[in-house]
Amino acid sequence: MTYETAASFAQQGGLIYFGLIFLAGCAYAFWPKNRDEFSRAAQLPLEEDDQ
Amino acid sequence: MTQVAKPGGGSLDGPILLISTVFIGLLFAVGAAMSDDPLFQLQAYIFVAAAVIGGFSLNAAMSGGLLNNDASKYMDGVVRAGVIATMFWGAVGMLVGVVVASQLTWPDIFYFSDFGWLNFGRLRPLHTSAVVFAFGGNALICTSFYVVQRTCRARLFGGVLPWFVFWGYQLFIVLAAVGYLAGITQGKEYAEPEWIVDLWLTVVWVGYLFTFLGTIWKRKEPHIYVANWFYLAMIVTVALLHIVNNLAVPVGLLNHSSVPLFGGVQSALTQWWYGHNAVGFFLTAGFLAIMYYFVPKRIGRPIYSYRLSIVHFWALIFIYIWAGPHHLHYTALPQWAQTLGMTFSIMLWMPSWGGMINGLMTLSGAWDKLRTDPVVRMMVVAIAFYGMSTFEGPVMSIRAVNALSHYTDWTIGHVHSGALGWVGFISFGAIYCLVPWLWKKDRLYSNNLVEWHFWIATTGIVLYICAMWVSGIMEGLMWREYTPQGFLAWSFIETVSAKHVENIIRTVGGLMFLSGTLVMIYNLWRTVRLPSVETSDALSAPLPAAA
Repeated sequence: MTYETAASFAQQGGLIYFGLIFLAGCAYAFWPKNRDEFSRAAQLPLEEDDQ
Repeated sequence: MTQVAKPGGGSLDGPILLISTVFIGLLFAVGAAMSDDPLFQLQAYIFVAAAVIGGFSLNAAMSGGLLNNDASKYMDGVVRAGVIATMFWGAVGMLVGVVVASQLTWPDIFYFSDFGWLNFGRLRPLHTSAVVFAFGGNALICTSFYVVQRTCRARLFGGVLPWFVFWGYQLFIVLAAVGYLAGITQGKEYAEPEWIVDLWLTVVWVGYLFTFLGTIWKRKEPHIYVANWFYLAMIVTVALLHIVNNLAVPVGLLNHSSVPLFGGVQSALTQWWYGHNAVGFFLTAGFLAIMYYFVPKRIGRPIYSYRLSIVHFWALIFIYIWAGPHHLHYTALPQWAQTLGMTFSIMLWMPSWGGMINGLMTLSGAWDKLRTDPVVRMMVVAIAFYGMSTFEGPVMSIRAVNALSHYTDWTIGHVHSGALGWVGFISFGAIYCLVPWLWKKDRLYSNNLVEWHFWIATTGIVLYICAMWVSGIMEGLMWREYTPQGFLAWSFIETVSAKHVENIIRTVGGLMFLSGTLVMIYNLWRTVRLPSVETSDALSAPLPAAA
């Protein structure tokens, strides 16, 4: 394996890998089923009454 | 009601910690006696002293019943200790900063030719480590211990482990600080401590990871709040960075120094992978966790968009880790790797500004609090500085800009707009919130003093960063100026003398920031002395019967 093949594999593989991870992150964040869980989670810091 | 919980699996109980303390003390006492390296002996004596003090205190705490692990209550003692340590080290680190700024302005000040301990070269890492790791680190540890308990509705995991993490971390700070003054350094920026201290920090940090993960593991709240994600990313990544960047072979087991495993450009790349992620994860992700808990809590409104916070998190951690090579433009590092670091730095605009918008927009509908609550104003200005320095950073990472900015005061100014403006102010905001909560007061001693702190410190930051922009760009231009004959137009010392006025302004700015911190310490001390109000420190949701 030459330096060029290793470098181009890392560059193109990296692009695809990061693209997929980003899409997966967005899909999780915007999945309609998660909406209620997230809006409840957003209230978490405000729910305690122990101060 | 005192349920003394049996320490569960993986948690640390008092007697075991006491035995380990005695063992470590004896080990270093023997080591000090056998070694002929005075700097190793210095470190060993500190370990022995810590073991003696720690052992007696631990024994007293155990016999006084102070370590009872009441599972129905939050563990707030260690958070209170963390708040005190944060403010103490903050004042120390900022004071040393003013001293080194004065040394740059008036080279003869605090300079004693036959006493090396106060030389600029030794005080400078003391300043950076004291503010980043001692002030910032204690702020992260104590706020994370507070936030993870509240958002998981669970007491901190690990028995006396959180206390070990706290005191072990203070010992790391003392070892590192005394070492710098005595001349121990491995010459890696922000990773100056040598191998013994590095190993000690690894032990403490793994304890921190266990405490944090264990608390999340036994949580009573199904969802893991986003602040905990940011804290956890910080803890895990810092562990990784610290271990890889400090891979080294000790010269001898009784010798303080070591030889790094990597050499040349590999070492440089590893160092700046570490160095930039110390910024990205320690000083950014950890403090974003503070933003995601304390800003909504203080304002009384949920975060602007929880979904944006998720995208913010994943984008930020996946991009930051690649930005390090921008510290190595025009070096032996392959050009594509430099370009990669630069490109990822530019991409960081998006998550950084996404996070900034998320923090700022949390105020929508409550903007009046900017006027009425100086603590909110402090946190909002912190977020504004976050946006500003994360805009400036990517610009400076562009190769052509870096050609001008690198090695100049511009970099120092950039770091301080992030460190004073973002890290400093968001920590101050969190601590102004925490002190009345932790010491059961209904208010701070004086809101007026918070106003004073805010305006003195903000003016100080503005003076500091503007002076550094001017002197940085000026010296960058002077360094690259050629005469028609092709010689450099300026000698180095001429470029140093040229920034004398800017150095004075910088020293004044730093002194103002330090003064603001001292005002804050006074205000907090008076707050602690106010009469307490009755509140409960019981877990907020009733726990099911102990399993």
